[in-house]
Amino acid sequence: MAFYVVQLLTGLASAASLFLVASGLSIIFGVTRIVNFAHGAFYMIGAYIAFTLSERFSGAFGFWGSIVAAALAVALIGVIVEMVLLRRIYHAPELFQLLATFGLTLMVEDLVVLIWGPDDLVGRRAPGFKGAIDFFGQNIPSYDLFLIVLGPVVLGILWLLFQRTRWGVLVRAATQDRDMVAALGVNQKWLFTSVFAVGVFLAALGGALQIPRDAVHHAMDLRIIVEVFVVVVIGGLGSIVGAFVAAVLVSELNAFGILIFPKISIILVFLVMAVVLIVRPWGLFGKPEAPARRTPGLTVNPWRPLTSNERLAALATLVIAATLPLFAGNYALTVGSEIAIFVIFAVSLHFLMSVGGLASFGHAAYFGLGAYGVAFLAKMAGLPMIVCLLLGPLLGCMGAAVFGFFAVQLSGVYFAMLTLAFAQIVWSIAFQWVSVTGGDNGILGVWPEKWAASPSHFYWLALGVAALVTIALRAMVFSPFGYALRATRDSLLRSEAIGINAKRIQWTAFVIAGTTAGIGGALFAYLKGSVFPDNLGISLSVDALVMVLLGGVETVSGAVIGAIVYKALNIWLVSQTDLSKLVLGGFIVLIVVVFPKGIVGMLEMLAQRRRKTSPPGSPLLAKPIESAE
Amino acid sequence: MRARTIFVGAAFALLAGGMAHSAMAQDIKIGEINSYSLLPAFTEPYRKGWQLAVEEINAAGGINGKKLVVVSKDDGGKPADAQTAANELVSSEGVAMLTGTFLSNIGLAVSDFANQKKVFFLAAEPLTDAVTWSKGNKYTFRLRPSNYMQAAMLVEAASKLPAKRWATIAPNYEYGQSAVAVFKKLMSEKRPDIQWVDEQWPPQGKIDAGPVVQAVAAANPEAILNVTFGADLVKLVREGNTRGLFKGREVVSFLTGEPEYLDPLKDETPEGWIVTGYPWYSIKTPEHDAFLKAYQAKYNDYPRLGSIVGYQTIKSAAAILAKAGSTDPEKLIAAAEGLSMPSPFGEITFRKIDHQSTLGAYVGKTALKDGKGVMVDSSYKKGADYLPSDAEVEKLRPKD
Repeated sequence: MAFYVVQLLTGLASAASLFLVASGLSIIFGVTRIVNFAHGAFYMIGAYIAFTLSERFSGAFGFWGSIVAAALAVALIGVIVEMVLLRRIYHAPELFQLLATFGLTLMVEDLVVLIWGPDDLVGRRAPGFKGAIDFFGQNIPSYDLFLIVLGPVVLGILWLLFQRTRWGVLVRAATQDRDMVAALGVNQKWLFTSVFAVGVFLAALGGALQIPRDAVHHAMDLRIIVEVFVVVVIGGLGSIVGAFVAAVLVSELNAFGILIFPKISIILVFLVMAVVLIVRPWGLFGKPEAPARRTPGLTVNPWRPLTSNERLAALATLVIAATLPLFAGNYALTVGSEIAIFVIFAVSLHFLMSVGGLASFGHAAYFGLGAYGVAFLAKMAGLPMIVCLLLGPLLGCMGAAVFGFFAVQLSGVYFAMLTLAFAQIVWSIAFQWVSVTGGDNGILGVWPEKWAASPSHFYWLALGVAALVTIALRAMVFSPFGYALRATRDSLLRSEAIGINAKRIQWTAFVIAGTTAGIGGALFAYLKGSVFPDNLGISLSVDALVMVLLGGVETVSGAVIGAIVYKALNIWLVSQTDLSKLVLGGFIVLIVVVFPKGIVGMLEMLAQRRRKTSPPGSPLLAKPIESAE
Repeated sequence: MRARTIFVGAAFALLAGGMAHSAMAQDIKIGEINSYSLLPAFTEPYRKGWQLAVEEINAAGGINGKKLVVVSKDDGGKPADAQTAANELVSSEGVAMLTGTFLSNIGLAVSDFANQKKVFFLAAEPLTDAVTWSKGNKYTFRLRPSNYMQAAMLVEAASKLPAKRWATIAPNYEYGQSAVAVFKKLMSEKRPDIQWVDEQWPPQGKIDAGPVVQAVAAANPEAILNVTFGADLVKLVREGNTRGLFKGREVVSFLTGEPEYLDPLKDETPEGWIVTGYPWYSIKTPEHDAFLKAYQAKYNDYPRLGSIVGYQTIKSAAAILAKAGSTDPEKLIAAAEGLSMPSPFGEITFRKIDHQSTLGAYVGKTALKDGKGVMVDSSYKKGADYLPSDAEVEKLRPKD
């Protein structure tokens, strides 16, 4: 019995650490609607700074002072980031801020290694909380008890702050309806900045408090960011109490789950999230969002098919791209194939995101399923390559059909997080089911047949498929189905009022996007000759999001350019420097500031302006970017 | 005056460039891939190790008179990116062979690439047995002692312990799984009386140490096998120390004696764990002394195990290239099979039967000295003594 009590308390201690970080994220998201990918980075910097300070200032006062000072210092960094970077892009399309915070995270990961060195750092134990307390023969670390108390205390302080201060009232109001708060004359700038500072402070505090029990290292951020997001979503966005309950729920299920299934930890939080979101689409304590008042940004500049001149230009670009094997070497051709495959992947997500208005955080699942489909067919059934390429993506299609059905019942970030949960579930199956998938050692030896083996042939194959896929998806955008899908995106209520079955349309779009991603995955399996769980992983899903956002989410085919720029740059940087994350992150942040509509979005806007000033402008130059199809 | 300086400078630059170019035709290039950005704690010392080796080789006249150049690429910890890098090295840089890699899945991905493209690959670090056995191929060789070898070394010491109730804690991925599987198999062969009372599988890099420690303690084992490393190990040790998990229990632990993983623990280092590792401070052989002196002179830092691996990888590659007298992969394979060479740990041989080197490891016990973790009572275990019989190996490895 004593054991179960201790296990319960241990779970509560884990919950407290999780809650501190999660509460900050929840507040930031609730008010500013920023998906703050950098929250984990702030957590990590908090730990690093606290480590340095606490090594320098010993004693109880030195230690606790270091923790608080570190959190304050990081909050200050947060304020600077908000004022210099995020303020410029609040009006950018939804999720664009994700791109900025993603760029920051990349930079921070390299910066901490540059500043603090590559070794894992182990900080001091907390003065006064070094030992353990005996509980009927079981030991409970006193620091755990401290955390168990701290969690509810922070919750209480936040509650008072929100319920008893004017600032708190404004924050709650903004969480509910920020347009209305703005309309009532509240200075949003400072409200956002202060909220961001508080959120970052909590993240850094959470990180700093890990010093006595964890090692400080450069991958801490990734370890926590996804988990924290999941906790926030389970609890209900913007709900602090929800975040607390969710943190306790997840930690306790983990603490007791491992007694029965020791391998459960790897997937537990995602399972819980999937179940909660299917049963309660807005999380445990969340409220349904009011129908969004869409900014007219999307309708000012209506999409149109390419003119015949533009089509010719696109065709010409394709022909030029197809001549690459005449002058480029094998390496360039293989990189070209990889980029073409990522174009397929990116346009498939772009179709879902910009045409359907459904941002998926787990799109790699369908890419990876396509790859695994090919690997199974080629290795187990021994089918020829053409058959594998045709049938492999069906696995992606099936996955999308099943998961899409549940996912489209939700919207916004809840939709995104459910897709993430499904992707992680698929990933963990691939990771764990060693006898079938080979686990993390993957499936090797999926090489193309002779006719496609040479880099030039494979390049033509990938380029051809990429072109076909892009054309097909574009044609779909301007088909009746595409119009219906855009209607559900622009106004769900109105589209349903005119008789569009929104869920079915969205589900169909999800399946189309999933299948298309599967086609990319199938080619990828042959390009690399092997399939790993990585192909389903979060980082690939994030890559796809970045490509779409970089290209411009409000464009018809911006993802093509986004994929080419991001992938080419990534491959080149990784090859040139060990600090590729720093440079790439810096580049992304720069792009975010200079092109707040994405690269293509910005170019289109410039072209638009020019067309207005000089009406008979050359149509060939007007949309130079989409010629890349 | 100024213009003239620039002119002269430019002429020099041209001349130097031209000379560099003509020298390049004589160079032998080795392509090297590792997870520099993902695992800097291991790969930084590793890089220092191979840079030292390159310097020594070229100072001694290069490879059959040709200068050795190592072109190094980062794989970011992703198999797909490692293959892109391998492709660049082979197709664009024209390297004679590939070396490196840390993570098992990346090692396998590059090994499969090497097999497909018919390129010689010397895997430095990946531990999975699959590299040389179940997924072995004729183009792939491996330097470090495999999972199986390290398990066999630990089992030798562990089977002498009186403990009968064993629990295991291992990261939930291939490395952890296969380490536990081999350890259990070899252990149960030697000691049929052993019971396995609990196993914990925290996700790699994400251990929630409190509940794990508590769960293991609840099973009340007499001995514990640990396979976690890095930050997970730190958390496990800290929770285990506070909660008294290790008190009165024997612990056997993979890799914990390597400075990369032992040093961060500082004064929290648990005492008396039986570990594999690298006690650079207590190895007293002429080969190692020479290496240590050279390393410390160049970097003013002590070597980690990564330094040894990096150093010996390039030394081995150079020995193979020198013997082959050619960069033809088939000739390289022929040269490498059965080739013996010196190493800081003594002579090693690349076995013909499975392309595994006989590099060994040190087994000893952890101890605290001046607030730092060290390995004591350590002895070198030769890799050759801890491999299964040739007949077994042949069954494990697919025919080329």
